[in-house]
Amino acid sequence: MFGIPSTMPSSVFDELWRLQQEVDELFGSWSSPLGIRSLPRGSFPAVNVGQTPERVEIYLFAPGIDPKSLDISIQQNLLTVSGKREVGAREEADYYRQERFSGEFRRVISLPEDVDPERVQAKYADGIVQIGVQRREAARPRQIEIH
Amino acid sequence: MATNTEVSRRGSSAATQASSGPAAQRGQSAETPIRPPVDIWEDKDGITLCADMPGVSKDRLNLRVDGNNLIIEGQVQLELAENAEALYADVRSSLYRRSFSLSGELETGKIEANLKDGVLTVHIPKRAELRPRKIEVQAS
Repeated sequence: MFGIPSTMPSSVFDELWRLQQEVDELFGSWSSPLGIRSLPRGSFPAVNVGQTPERVEIYLFAPGIDPKSLDISIQQNLLTVSGKREVGAREEADYYRQERFSGEFRRVISLPEDVDPERVQAKYADGIVQIGVQRREAARPRQIEIH
Repeated sequence: MATNTEVSRRGSSAATQASSGPAAQRGQSAETPIRPPVDIWEDKDGITLCADMPGVSKDRLNLRVDGNNLIIEGQVQLELAENAEALYADVRSSLYRRSFSLSGELETGKIEANLKDGVLTVHIPKRAELRPRKIEVQAS
């Protein structure tokens, strides 16, 4: 299809394709429809968002940064994180691989509508920025009893 | 810098551990590991490798040399509530794994490692007798 060299067993590519399909199916509900501000996978920093009825937790996978240099802001339900990571190249060294992200970054994350921008906490450990946002009481599901 | 040195010592002791880390035990699971992005460079002293492994703490890092291979493994630990559900996830595995084959002029017994803020730095020195020597060209 893409000019696969004839020496390559095509089953490898079939296998990869099948895996991709499986992953898309498994996680499709998270990524589709795509958020208008979402970035392609592989962007820095990677983001995971989890929720409970009380809180929304955002995890930014941002290794090797100074957390103080991060600019984190929240407006309504939009969380914006920007910063810089400099992976300085050594002089007098020969590089074989330079895969790690270097430069400025910015990510905007849409959170559920009911988050309270007044109640946010953030911490940094082992290269992960964890931001916790409380949700408004009124929006939490309530058990309704039948009398 | 003091803490850095401490991390480095602990890191290198982790390097000597055989496959006994938590990541090794979970290595059997069906989870597809993440290949951490790396920078690798060489200077006159040896080869240095830097890997991004956010979420891995020292006790969940498993760095080992198996025969000719340098194997890097780590388990991500996120602080998650019991009843949490995922809304969005770029990271869909909690295991990092990557391996590199080493060459004979490297001193695998003297590998030093340091883990700080989710960045693993591994330095593999070259054997002293094999470090490049400048060869002077004699003018006749």
